Amino acid sequence: MWKGKTMTSNRRKAAVAAGAIAVLAATAACSGAGGGGAAGDSQSINVLMVNNPQMQDLQKLTADNFTKSTGITVNFTVLPENDVRDKISQDFSSQAGQYDVATISNYETPFFAKNGWLTPLDDYIAGDAAFDQQDVLEPIRTALTAEDGKVYAEPFYGEASMLMYRKDVFEAKGLTMPEKPTWQQVAELAAQTDGAEPGMKGICLRGQPGWGQVMAPLTTVVNTFGGTWFTQDWQAQVNGAEFTEATKFYVDLVRNHGEAGAAQAGFAECLNNMTQGKVAMWYDATSAAGLLEADDSPVKGKLGFAQAPVVKTESSQWLYTWAFGVQKASKKADSAWKFISWASGKDYEQLVGSQLGWSKVPDGKRSSTYQRPEYLASGGTFAKQAETAIKGANPDDPGVQPRPAPGIQFVGIPEFTDLGTKVSQQISEAIAGGKTVEEALAAGQQEAEKVAEKYRK
Amino acid sequence: MTLDTAPPPVKQVRRERPTPPRGPGGASRWARRAPLLPALIFLIVVTQLPFVATLVISFMRWNSLDPTNRGFAGVDNYLTVFTDAGLRSSVVTTVVLTAAVVLISLVLGLGLALLLDTKFRGRGVVRTMLIAPFLVVPVAAALLWKHALYNPSYGLFNGVLTWIWGLFGSQNPPQPEWISEMPLSAVVASLVWQWTPFMMLILLAGLQSRPMDAVEAAHIDGASPWQVFRYLTFPHLRQYLELGGLLGSIYIVQNFDAVFTITSGGLGTANLPYTIYQTFFQAHEYGQASAAGVVVVIGSMIIATFALRVVSSLFRDEVRS
Amino acid sequence: MKRAWKPWGAIAWIAAVVFFAPVAWMLLTSLHSEPDAATNPPSLLAPITLDGYAEFFGGTGGISPWPPLINSFSASIGSTLIVLLLAIPAAYALSIKPVEKWTDVLFFFLSTKMLPVVAGILPIYLVAQYAGMLDNISFLTLLYTSMNLPIAVWLMRSFLAEVPKEILEAAAIDGAGLITILRRVVAPVAMPGIAATALICFIFSWNELLFARVLTGVVAGTAPVFLTGFVTSQGLFLAKVCAAATIVSFPVLVAGFAAQDKLVQGLSLGAVK
Repeated sequence: MWKGKTMTSNRRKAAVAAGAIAVLAATAACSGAGGGGAAGDSQSINVLMVNNPQMQDLQKLTADNFTKSTGITVNFTVLPENDVRDKISQDFSSQAGQYDVATISNYETPFFAKNGWLTPLDDYIAGDAAFDQQDVLEPIRTALTAEDGKVYAEPFYGEASMLMYRKDVFEAKGLTMPEKPTWQQVAELAAQTDGAEPGMKGICLRGQPGWGQVMAPLTTVVNTFGGTWFTQDWQAQVNGAEFTEATKFYVDLVRNHGEAGAAQAGFAECLNNMTQGKVAMWYDATSAAGLLEADDSPVKGKLGFAQAPVVKTESSQWLYTWAFGVQKASKKADSAWKFISWASGKDYEQLVGSQLGWSKVPDGKRSSTYQRPEYLASGGTFAKQAETAIKGANPDDPGVQPRPAPGIQFVGIPEFTDLGTKVSQQISEAIAGGKTVEEALAAGQQEAEKVAEKYRK
Repeated sequence: MTLDTAPPPVKQVRRERPTPPRGPGGASRWARRAPLLPALIFLIVVTQLPFVATLVISFMRWNSLDPTNRGFAGVDNYLTVFTDAGLRSSVVTTVVLTAAVVLISLVLGLGLALLLDTKFRGRGVVRTMLIAPFLVVPVAAALLWKHALYNPSYGLFNGVLTWIWGLFGSQNPPQPEWISEMPLSAVVASLVWQWTPFMMLILLAGLQSRPMDAVEAAHIDGASPWQVFRYLTFPHLRQYLELGGLLGSIYIVQNFDAVFTITSGGLGTANLPYTIYQTFFQAHEYGQASAAGVVVVIGSMIIATFALRVVSSLFRDEVRS
Repeated sequence: MKRAWKPWGAIAWIAAVVFFAPVAWMLLTSLHSEPDAATNPPSLLAPITLDGYAEFFGGTGGISPWPPLINSFSASIGSTLIVLLLAIPAAYALSIKPVEKWTDVLFFFLSTKMLPVVAGILPIYLVAQYAGMLDNISFLTLLYTSMNLPIAVWLMRSFLAEVPKEILEAAAIDGAGLITILRRVVAPVAMPGIAATALICFIFSWNELLFARVLTGVVAGTAPVFLTGFVTSQGLFLAKVCAAATIVSFPVLVAGFAAQDKLVQGLSLGAVK
């Protein structure tokens, strides 16, 4: 019965399947070596970085320049911002040593250093005159120096914030942008430019959840409205009067005259809205300017740049830098420094400028950048504005009251990643219209109070 | 209460229901067990031992961002877990998300399977097109939905609306902000799109295994198509529906890719896997995350036990009647 | 029987177009330039370019996608083979010659599938770190094996249970040994089921993201992890991501399309034989 016709066809099937499995097994066996190789020897280092355009350029330029001159191979892992942060803190906190170098920021550097996860760079800096540490802008240099006075990271690029707007749209509407606008003026201008062109909104502001997304610009608004996350003696102020006023202002502004999809809009979405002519203004990091003025940008040359809007403070600050740190567990610190010295150095800026265009230079970190004639010729409209904004940043005094921890658009404590993200989800929901600002901040206050309690002890 | 008849879509379970071995123990029992052991031991080592470790860690005070402050915490982590509003709401989100995706994709999958069971031109092509969503890598699908479809300024959905309104000369098409306005539905829709083909395949397999002589006999007896479906097809499909529901639930309860990619857990869409992931990798509260993990494990074991038994007893009634 | 089926065919076609539209859109977008990919209304007729694919394959100086693709292949195929090697004997011991209390064993297998992966990931990470297995594709292969083993055992058990008992008994009386019985009686009946199981295991391994994200780094990254790297928080990326998504999904799409009959057949095995 089971030796009938079906048996033959089944046997054939079985044979085919067995053959297929054998082939697959062979494939698997051959491919085992995939990607391995270079990772072990001292002539190669592993670098983990965020996949912003500046880093992608770096990745493209490394093999032909750095590797060619030093013989050191660089294995890059590039990931989106949220992913990269999770991975960095995981690898560094366990000192797993998978990566020799990672892009960290002025947020992580102080407490990573305090926990002993980073290699101090002072000896390397001292032995590398060409690097010229004093050329690094002072606020950034300070922000990457830990409590013990040692330098733990070197900047790749730095940024403050400013208000970018469409000069042509403003002219057509007969509007002028004050050089030092207040947020109230900006709100008025947003109402006036809303609908200036078909489908154009007044202003783009980030609304995407994430402590580095909506929380960054919003915290600067809170600062200038006179609010703070914590008082100096660690009392949470998230539902305080000024914090609430600032958040209401921000949420109302973006709901009334802000971009489409605001609750999901981060830097990338706003950049896209601005380049596609869907918004007339954009308040964000200075590093956006180079991207807006890039050669293939449809709005190149149509933009004006103003100082970050203020309310109660003299200026509205922001300071952020993507910087390279060396993991303590790395056994290749010497090679790692060579890489950092190259990527953060002056010659790299020259290389990018001449090969990819001056608007793509990873700027905002060195004084010398702002003395390069070629750079100023290409980015003249925003370069000075950005330089002033970065130089004016003071992470220890960003608002109207003393703070318990450094940081401008964030609070410089390890818990802020989680706290900021949780609060940002509430705010994002308020922007989407799912709850009121009061409800969002009441929930945020509870989270903040839990953190504050730990520090009060 | 045994499970033998529960999960697999086996037609004649009764007949070859295995009888447990009797008589001489020792050697022969071990001979029977031998083929089972490699898989069993492997699974215990890889899946159970880590949970023992999780259990131990759940009683520790351990935040990797604060390496100097590590020690025994007693039940503190569990107290935090039970009082955490975020975790509670993520339980609700998980239940809603799973139930919605499983039910909707089962219903759609059933409809599509019934359609594919009829004869029409190009049926093979239609089936191939319908299977495609299941074969797109989930994270690719999530990226596709978030950026290429839902995006309010250049996504396909709003693009099509602009185009349709443009046909009628309107300059002001509605441009919904899909993810902001309906975050959970947005996640559900993308998952339903992926899982409907899977349900369809299982149900199609069920339909094709239907005893056709009974259906034809019913037709000859003058039964309406609805009666055929209600009294013949549907009871036959029941075990396949249960199989689809069970498999779907197992995978969607654990879904991480879609929530992580589409909403980053914002707007009330954080489900349990995402919340625990966040506690591990963003807050670095290892102890607290482990405690949450332990609670979830116990919870899902209880629910799974009930679910499996309910499903199996339902099926047994079916067979008896 | 074939009277009024016409409208059903039309409805089926409409449904197929609706379900396939996102995939088609992904393919089309992958062939557009970045600015054309981000317009509203959509630019269907924009010029076709292979820039997105060039970017993916490192033509413009990016990282080569081959190591991640090869990693994904080795982890998926390797784990599928181990799963079959472990699951078939186990399924045999749960159906053809069942051990005592085999239902409890089966329940145990299934229950491991209901534990949230994320709750066990920290110990697994720590073990990997101390054993030097971080960023190691073999370790990932083992994890994928454990991930798919329960489902495979479960499916295989139902397929093996289909082997008619009389034939087994007859073969045993004829004096056939275990290996012979497996090869000549069990295997032919169960082969479509084995193929369906293997395909499902392959797909789930290929798709896996969470373990791969957490446990791999420089050398062992898999294709889905590589794919997420194309989303940048600054600048346009839609065409690139669609090209990457297409390539990464390609092996699964091909395997799935080629084996769709096997899949249906395998899942409905009870009735086919």
